[in-house]
Amino acid sequence: MRFSHAIFEKNAVMLTAAVLLTVAVGGLVEIVPLFTIETTIERVSGVRPYSPLELMGRNIYVREGCYLCHSQQIRPMRDEVERYGPYSLAAESIYDHPFQWGSKRTGPDLARVGGRYSNEWHVLHMVDPRAVVPESIMPSYPFLADRKLETKAIEKHLKANRVVGVPYSDEMIAEARADLEAQANPQSDTEALMKRYPKAVVADFDGNPAKLTEMDALIAYLQVLGTMVDFTEVKPADVKQ
Amino acid sequence: MPTKIEKDSVTGTETTGHEWDGIKELNTPLPKWWIYTFYVTIAASLVYYVLYPSIPLVSSYTKGLLGYDQREDVARSIEVAQAQQAPMVSRIRTATLEQIRADGALNAFAMTGGRIAFNNNCAGCHQAGGAGAKGYPNLADDDWLWGGAPDAISGTIRHGVRSADPDTRQNPMPRFGLDGMLKRSEIEDAADYVLSLSGAKHNEAAAKRGEPIYAEQCVACHGEKGIGNPELGAPRLNDPIWLYGGDRASVIESISNSRAGMMPAWAGRLDDATIKMLTLYVHGLGGGQ
Repeated sequence: MRFSHAIFEKNAVMLTAAVLLTVAVGGLVEIVPLFTIETTIERVSGVRPYSPLELMGRNIYVREGCYLCHSQQIRPMRDEVERYGPYSLAAESIYDHPFQWGSKRTGPDLARVGGRYSNEWHVLHMVDPRAVVPESIMPSYPFLADRKLETKAIEKHLKANRVVGVPYSDEMIAEARADLEAQANPQSDTEALMKRYPKAVVADFDGNPAKLTEMDALIAYLQVLGTMVDFTEVKPADVKQ
Repeated sequence: MPTKIEKDSVTGTETTGHEWDGIKELNTPLPKWWIYTFYVTIAASLVYYVLYPSIPLVSSYTKGLLGYDQREDVARSIEVAQAQQAPMVSRIRTATLEQIRADGALNAFAMTGGRIAFNNNCAGCHQAGGAGAKGYPNLADDDWLWGGAPDAISGTIRHGVRSADPDTRQNPMPRFGLDGMLKRSEIEDAADYVLSLSGAKHNEAAAKRGEPIYAEQCVACHGEKGIGNPELGAPRLNDPIWLYGGDRASVIESISNSRAGMMPAWAGRLDDATIKMLTLYVHGLGGGQ
């Protein structure tokens, strides 16, 4: 018997089932191997969950839609590597939920912006990008320096990340608020913080010690981007796919 | 379902067989060249499947006959570029500043490399051409915080200022007002004395009162008559060049709250040859010593 298309055209249930089947096959073929192929995520050390302050900064990064103009993905091409540094590894986004790779570069890539500029520079640049980069078309974000950082739910933010696979320990969650405050205060005792979150940058990021602002959090996040993996220790075999 | 395919009497083309209230649709075929091109692209895609990494399997993927790997490819293209630049770069590594300056081609190479590295890494703060901005030193004049000789410039680039580098340049100026070391009136007098050093507008009587305060608190770093000390990164105070503003209010603020600009260390991010080219470029901006 000749195959008749009418069975799908006249029967909504059949059509739905067939569409689902078709999409599922495509999804399975594309997604499942990513979980089973061992070389998908590179064997590099140093990547750690974001500290509470960095995580809050990351939330602001997402809230303000920074990803619409800034990518966080240095592609493996010579010009990108020469401009931004070592190309991004999948392992570096392992604790990003969701990842911030982006798909558009109106502004420069930010995957390795950490440590590239001083905190003062970031403050000036957020308040008025044209003050330091005359040709910039980035919007100004002066309100970040005024808005108090909302930290009520910090433990919940860590817990939510744990649910989707970020290995925050009970201790990290219990100490989240203390860690958050310690990272923004260079006078505080940061030993425990640095043990939990190595390479975290401790500073009064926005230059205003009286108040913990959204600017503090965002700059703490920017300053850690791309700095976790020490690329002088990465061998080509580690990133072979 | 198409049931009544018939030839249209006007155009001679077949209809699709669909009919809606007497309206019929012609089934004009795509041009032959288009169809065949389409088939060729499908065939070409199969060739790509065979040659390049393509089909994901359970624990691996098909590697393709060419053994192509994007990460190896970028490593190779960087190697090729480095090999092309190697003759120049190796000479830059070993030559002295004078030798590079004297060799036209080498100098042009180093200055171009330095300019590109500067625009990518330094211009964000120091501005294009090293023009500087408030808080970010001008690099094109002969006023240097940490010295304008090639070694000093390269040391600053390498280790940064108040950076995380263990050998960073570091010089905490006391916060005379914030930490209560001087009274407000003493700070104002000292500011007038500092302004008098460069011949700026100041109050003569206040400057007289400020002179002993300067001699006691400031002279160790900023030197007699404000000549500055690049060994300590203490700015010259007897010229009209000001990093944070030379009006009375700005000077008072500097004495009261101190200033602590920060520059990242570039030693791990940029290789030695690039830092040398940068040094040459910055040295050549106009103020090199």
